[in-house]
Amino acid sequence: MNEATTPRPLVDRLLAAHGWLVYLFFYAPIIVLTVFSFNDNSRVGVWTEPSLRWYRAMIQNDDVMRAIRNTLIVAAVSTVVSVVLGTAAAISMERYRFRGQRTLDGLLYLPIIIPDVTMAVMMLLFFTQAFGFLEGLTGIRLSLGLGSISLAHIAFNISFVAVVVRARLAGMDPHLTEAAADLYASPWQTFRKVTLPLIMPGVAGGALLALTLSLDDVVVTSFVTGPGSTTLPVYVFGLVRREVSPLINAVSTAMLVASILLVAVSLGFQRRSAPVATTSETDEGDTDGPTAPMAGRVSRVGADAGGV
Amino acid sequence: MVMADLEARAERAASRRGFLIGLPAYVYLILFFAIPLLIVAVYSFATRTSTGATALSDWNLDAWARVFSAAPARVFVRSFLLAAATTVLCLVFSYPFAYWIATRSPKVRSLLLVLVMIPFWSNFLVRTYAMKFLLGSEGPLSIISQLLGGEPVRLLFTVWAVLIGLVYGYMPFMILPLYAALERMDWSLVEAARDLYAGGWDAFRKVTLPLSMPGVVAGSVLVFIPALGAYVVPAILGGGSPPYLGDYIVLQFLTARNWPFGSALSVSVMLIMLIATIFYFRRGGRTL
Repeated sequence: MNEATTPRPLVDRLLAAHGWLVYLFFYAPIIVLTVFSFNDNSRVGVWTEPSLRWYRAMIQNDDVMRAIRNTLIVAAVSTVVSVVLGTAAAISMERYRFRGQRTLDGLLYLPIIIPDVTMAVMMLLFFTQAFGFLEGLTGIRLSLGLGSISLAHIAFNISFVAVVVRARLAGMDPHLTEAAADLYASPWQTFRKVTLPLIMPGVAGGALLALTLSLDDVVVTSFVTGPGSTTLPVYVFGLVRREVSPLINAVSTAMLVASILLVAVSLGFQRRSAPVATTSETDEGDTDGPTAPMAGRVSRVGADAGGV
Repeated sequence: MVMADLEARAERAASRRGFLIGLPAYVYLILFFAIPLLIVAVYSFATRTSTGATALSDWNLDAWARVFSAAPARVFVRSFLLAAATTVLCLVFSYPFAYWIATRSPKVRSLLLVLVMIPFWSNFLVRTYAMKFLLGSEGPLSIISQLLGGEPVRLLFTVWAVLIGLVYGYMPFMILPLYAALERMDWSLVEAARDLYAGGWDAFRKVTLPLSMPGVVAGSVLVFIPALGAYVVPAILGGGSPPYLGDYIVLQFLTARNWPFGSALSVSVMLIMLIATIFYFRRGGRTL
């Protein structure tokens, strides 16, 4: 790309050495953890022989299994709801002009910027107040649980979905929907047959982001969880603070594999949709592919405060 | 006249439709985000009773007065320094790294990027735990060190472990905007500088570095903000003491049961981040 400015060999070699050291820094902890999760010894750091002992222990552990089930329920519910609401919000913001739009736009961005800890505090106080209010009103006593966790996850996921879908909508040719309207397509038909297929990669990217955020969340969830509704990250966090154990190694490795599988799915999905996605910048498609979906995650700014 | 009237009416209908499409999301966010935010703000003026419960009466500024007292100020300063150190370390290690990736051939580049993305998308909690496992006094590093006749590694539950953990966790936030800025840079400008007899270092300092500045700013804000409110990393690698902002707030709710003070702290942290974010959007954050 820049033959004339190719750095001198020494600088280049130093850069490469530094580069691989950074990769070593990234991967060494993960790889060591994975290897030791197959260690038979109950003293974590001492290698004896490979075995699946701790994975068996994990599967037989009722708490872990219940936590996995809770995590999946919350992730599924919050992803579906936030994808529908977030996509609608993205279209409303990007395709129309109406009064009060800027205020609502700010409201839509705020959950991305807000620190995890503040979001957690907000949710705790809100549910405490709301449950008290509802009990006074109807006499029904509600408590924290999978419901409150899902509601909280939807509250931050809507914004992330909306950001990703909006980026996609912004790159779409608005004349396409006009053309559909000129050909007497109803607004709904235009949406189904023109807009939705074109923004589908954005919707899928938003869904994967929402899913990942929900599966990873520790801080917000730990504030709005109730007895029996603990999710896997919150359960693991509780253990991890106190100790390092081979069982946690096995559970962690399983979580790691799950999140890497999600990345693989998203990459595969992007590669397939790439030709449709980048009609105007085909030759850049290759490098833009991996960075484009990151924008959503990168701009997680404050919401990432120590979490995920 | 009639045409103009019809057009205006069609426009009003479209604008109403746009609002209605987004309405469910807006209602949801008002109910489950704006109102909770308001409740936190209101709580920061409430009274903490002797039992640790919160009385929504006798509104006062006690919690806010405490935010500006000595002990929280120390926590703020400590967290600020930690976040600044994290940002600087991330920048120092990420810049040459991003530069190296951006100057590879497109094929190699996308492969190297995928290798950055895998840890980036991996579960943050698990990655932090992996670091704890590696650094622990019974961990593999310690065992190796002892086998070589050295001391066991005593890093865990020190500020250094927290710093390593934060750099480990947030470095991708720095790498990606830097890479994006360097990758879309016009390299012919560097060539031009070289043609005008600028040395390699001069060309870098006077051309490459200024052109990649938006990436530097974006990356720094993206690392600094979450590092300032970090909770998981200090809790796991630092053992929770001395407290940083994140654990300090959590402490007020789960242990000290001082909700008004915790609310005031949460609002302050949020305001700091809001200001930093506005700065970010003003200074080239849009290039992301």
